Amino acid sequence: MEVLLNLRLRKRAKLKENQTKYWANVRITVSTLIEGIKVTTGHFWNARKQRNAIGVESDNYFEKNNGLQTVLYPHEELPIPDNGRYQLHNEIDDCIVCDKCVKVCPVDCIDIEPIRAVEDLGKTSDGTPKRIHAAKFDINMSKCCFCGLCTTVCPTECLTMTNEFDFSEFEVKKHNFEFATLTSSEVSEKKEALEKFNLEKQEASKLISIDKKKASPKIKMKPIIKKTIPEENAEQGKTNVTKPKFRPRPVMKKKKEE
Amino acid sequence: MSTLVFFLPFLLMYTVFAVYAERKISAFIQDRYGPMEVGKYGWYQTVADLLKLIQKEDIIPKNANKTLFMLAPIVIFTAIFCGFAILPLTSSWVGSLSQNGVYFLIAIVSLDVVGILMAGWGANSKYSLLGSLRAVAQIISYEIPVTLSVLCVVMISQSLSLQEISYQQSVLINVFPDLESTKNFLFGIKTMAIDVTAWGGFFTWNIFRAPVLIPVAVIYFISTLAESNRAPFDLPEAESELVAGFHTEYSGFRWAIIMLSEYGMMLLVAILGVILFFGSWNTPLPNIGNITLANWTTGQPGTIIGNLWSILWLISKAMLWVMAQMWVRWTYPRLRIDQLMNLSWKYLTPFAIFLIFMSGLWRLLMI
Repeated sequence: MEVLLNLRLRKRAKLKENQTKYWANVRITVSTLIEGIKVTTGHFWNARKQRNAIGVESDNYFEKNNGLQTVLYPHEELPIPDNGRYQLHNEIDDCIVCDKCVKVCPVDCIDIEPIRAVEDLGKTSDGTPKRIHAAKFDINMSKCCFCGLCTTVCPTECLTMTNEFDFSEFEVKKHNFEFATLTSSEVSEKKEALEKFNLEKQEASKLISIDKKKASPKIKMKPIIKKTIPEENAEQGKTNVTKPKFRPRPVMKKKKEE
Repeated sequence: MSTLVFFLPFLLMYTVFAVYAERKISAFIQDRYGPMEVGKYGWYQTVADLLKLIQKEDIIPKNANKTLFMLAPIVIFTAIFCGFAILPLTSSWVGSLSQNGVYFLIAIVSLDVVGILMAGWGANSKYSLLGSLRAVAQIISYEIPVTLSVLCVVMISQSLSLQEISYQQSVLINVFPDLESTKNFLFGIKTMAIDVTAWGGFFTWNIFRAPVLIPVAVIYFISTLAESNRAPFDLPEAESELVAGFHTEYSGFRWAIIMLSEYGMMLLVAILGVILFFGSWNTPLPNIGNITLANWTTGQPGTIIGNLWSILWLISKAMLWVMAQMWVRWTYPRLRIDQLMNLSWKYLTPFAIFLIFMSGLWRLLMI
């Protein structure tokens, strides 16, 4: 008897529990539905307004704005910082084609073809003498990882990152930014001049030492650039180009003062 | 005649703008702009989409059951479009003068289950089949609360004719042949003896004639959302699980027809809801003393102005209903299948049965 009674009591308790759960479910459902519709109604109502056009530099950037959060991008944009570091830019007139950026680039996105200048190229804006023509100065922005190492090693600060961020293109080849200003005819002209200069130099050295006779015709076959530069270093005294003075970067100092 | 002359072109126009409205409402709720490029404020976005859709290739999967696959969109659309046949559009312009229009509507609308099953089965794709199985299970389950909630209204109005139900909620109640001497009382309670027959306006709407119908309207709203496969009951086309559910394999114009049917279904249940609960084609403005707003904004039945007023009220109320459907869609998360069945069988159906009983009691107060 007792067992039966217990069973019945337990059944009744369970039924009661289920009943309260049922009504609790109804209550929770209704209240949460109302809560949810309130949230969306608020957003819908606030959609009349638009977020303030403040950029990331502003202290209020993360302040919760009511209203539309997006902007009609090509027509409107949020202000971006002046010192944004996005697209690379090379001021080719100030470039001494030192090749440092190429060496430091972790993803090899910079491609330079230097031609040793025969004539005097003048100086960059910070006073460093220029001695090499840039036949090619290509930066492949689709490879660039935006680390900024090239801009730090650049001795003349001609390679900088600009706040230009939208450089999307339809053709992937257009992501290769060419900064060299020399035309192809100019490039071949400069190459010829250098070759001539080298030959003349070779002739001059032939007169001095007879041992180099056999080697002279081979010079033409080898790539000119690689050969000429070490040779040039070996015979520094004979060149009429002045030795570049590397000044401690004046621009950096200015920035610190600011 | 109203079906072909009015509802067919209206349905096409409505769908174009409803898709636009859907995108805009969702955008505003999510703090975005929505379409902005085509035309001013992106007005022509859907038109452009439609043009694109028509140009698309009509792909029929190799292993599909061709006949079923090709026929399914037509079956779905026909079933839904048939429903429009018996809707009273104005006080004098009715589609079919069927005496048991409600009955017909409930029957014909569930036919689109057949089309959905054809689409899912015929496509021979897992996603489609799962989607259509869900759709069938869901629509058949939710038929019951829908029918029960409609039955509540039938209990109150004692009629299966949609036009008679409309006239009962009108200031023109005594114009209708069978209702010459019927009177409307405030909240339907005769003993209170507040005669609102001449007031008209929202006082004679069903939810005011019998306030017991307010929870019924809520049940009707929820279960018709499920009937038309709308969020939060859009399991049959749950994008995150089933790609696009039963219409995964459809493309181009056939897909457009399925989409048209979905929006058509929304409009159909919205108009039916308005007819049953929110005064059909009747004005919301009551007569106040000498200012007979209700009569001015209803017009005489049969006149052009009367027809125009009726269309205006019916369609604008239906549009508000559709907007509410969209609003709900972008507010609530999708239900799981067991939650869906729970809601239908454990909550909506018992409540609806209880409300039928209450409606019967309320009807006793009205006579």
